[in-house]
Amino acid sequence: MAGATFGYDRRRPVLRGIDMLVPRGKVVAIMGGSGCGKTTILRLVGGQLRPQAGSVRVAGQSVPDLDSDGLFALRRRIGMLFQFGALFTDMSVYENVAFPIREHTDLAEPLIRDLVHMKLHAVGLRGAAQLYPNELSGGMARRVALARAIALDPMLVLYDEPFAGLDPISLGVVGQLIRRLNDALGITSVIVTHDVYESLKIVDYLYFVSEGRIIAQGTADEVRASADPFVRQFVDGAPDGPVAFHYPARPYAEEFERATP
Amino acid sequence: MTSFATGMRRVGAGTLRAISRVGFAARFFIAVLLHTPAALRRIQLTAREIYFAGVLSLVVIMVSGLFVGMVLGLQGYDVLVKYGAGDSLGIFVGLSLVRELGPVVAGLLFASRAGSAITAEIGLMKTTEQLSAMEMMAVDPLARIVAPRFWGGVISMPLLAALFSAMGVFGAYIVGVRLIGVDDGTFWGNMQASIDFWPDVTNGIVKSIVFGMAVSLIAVFEGYDAHPTAEGVSAATTRTVVGGSLAILALDFVLTVFMFRGLGHT
Repeated sequence: MAGATFGYDRRRPVLRGIDMLVPRGKVVAIMGGSGCGKTTILRLVGGQLRPQAGSVRVAGQSVPDLDSDGLFALRRRIGMLFQFGALFTDMSVYENVAFPIREHTDLAEPLIRDLVHMKLHAVGLRGAAQLYPNELSGGMARRVALARAIALDPMLVLYDEPFAGLDPISLGVVGQLIRRLNDALGITSVIVTHDVYESLKIVDYLYFVSEGRIIAQGTADEVRASADPFVRQFVDGAPDGPVAFHYPARPYAEEFERATP
Repeated sequence: MTSFATGMRRVGAGTLRAISRVGFAARFFIAVLLHTPAALRRIQLTAREIYFAGVLSLVVIMVSGLFVGMVLGLQGYDVLVKYGAGDSLGIFVGLSLVRELGPVVAGLLFASRAGSAITAEIGLMKTTEQLSAMEMMAVDPLARIVAPRFWGGVISMPLLAALFSAMGVFGAYIVGVRLIGVDDGTFWGNMQASIDFWPDVTNGIVKSIVFGMAVSLIAVFEGYDAHPTAEGVSAATTRTVVGGSLAILALDFVLTVFMFRGLGHT
């Protein structure tokens, strides 16, 4: 991604000239506060949005220049894990994982069954194959979504807030799964998250995004040792710092003066 | 003056929004038609939607048809008998149901029962990112989700209207023949002699197909275009029922005008 700029409203860009490189086989995290444009970056990579300036390339292909068929061909090689799983609620766990295989291959049912069970076994949920999404905990749903994301053995998996709303055990399980699957299957992973502790355990490289710009980057060790005020505020979880606690407003005293008759 | 200008600006902005939305709906309709061959190649998807939109609407359609027919039987006989035409009850009930009440009332019930369900389902799929997930899996939601639901509705609607009319005629028979005492043979004989397949029944079929297309298009469009929030889905569902009902009534008038010209009444 080079100089990628995007805004839902042209007067207020969400991303301003993002430069980012994700090497093959690595786990890269994009971190930043809520609403800083992290998910928009994933949508640009997946071709759901087109940048207004700059370029986005995946596996040598310029994503914004792809036509509909080209984009769909590329997406068959990309898996995506959505924030809350986005499982199809009218299908069982088994059918959810089988869905992309059925849609894109003509494999015989016994082979599909074997593949689905392999993917579910990889995330530890082979025994939950017949359950429905409403019978799963948040962590289980996220793992099923992960099994579905890797169903077609993608080259790249995009994770949108994979740790959001999980208990500490599920959080560790999902984090380790991302790392293990990445290494075992030779995938490249991009994780959008604001969970700094879990990310530092599993990622190779981190980008920090604030107000649509990359303001810091480095390996996990470099981030831990960083003296950058933004990185420090993020890693230490400080309520105030470069990211202000207060939303911009007129002076506090002025508020009372106006209210007094 | 300022408030007048503000009011005019609001009217203008609202009109532009409405025109833009109609244009978007028209493009959406074309996109649905373009994705239809892909959807129909997997006919089991459309068959599933016929079950949800059609089969699950059977109870409400048949019970409503029965009661509407029974009321028609009572009211119709009450008026007809004053003019010595009580024997024409079969014609009155049959024509009312086949030409008008069958397609229109079945359409209104279909918009409330199946249209709202389609909008809510697609809207919730959008809210929970299921449609985005599908797109990211290189599966087009228009072909996989929208087109089968649209055609499921279009196919179900004429069948439901026919069942509504049949149940209505049966209801009128119970009241008119069994309870009031109109002659059995006269009831059926007059109906058979006066209602033709062409144009009476075919006009009803044409109407129900048009209503099915209108309601199904509104339902899938509102669901697909819903704001991905609880409030957005709720508002979209309401728009489907209100918009679908008004569309049926307006289209009924337009179609009836054309059909009566065809019958040589004007």
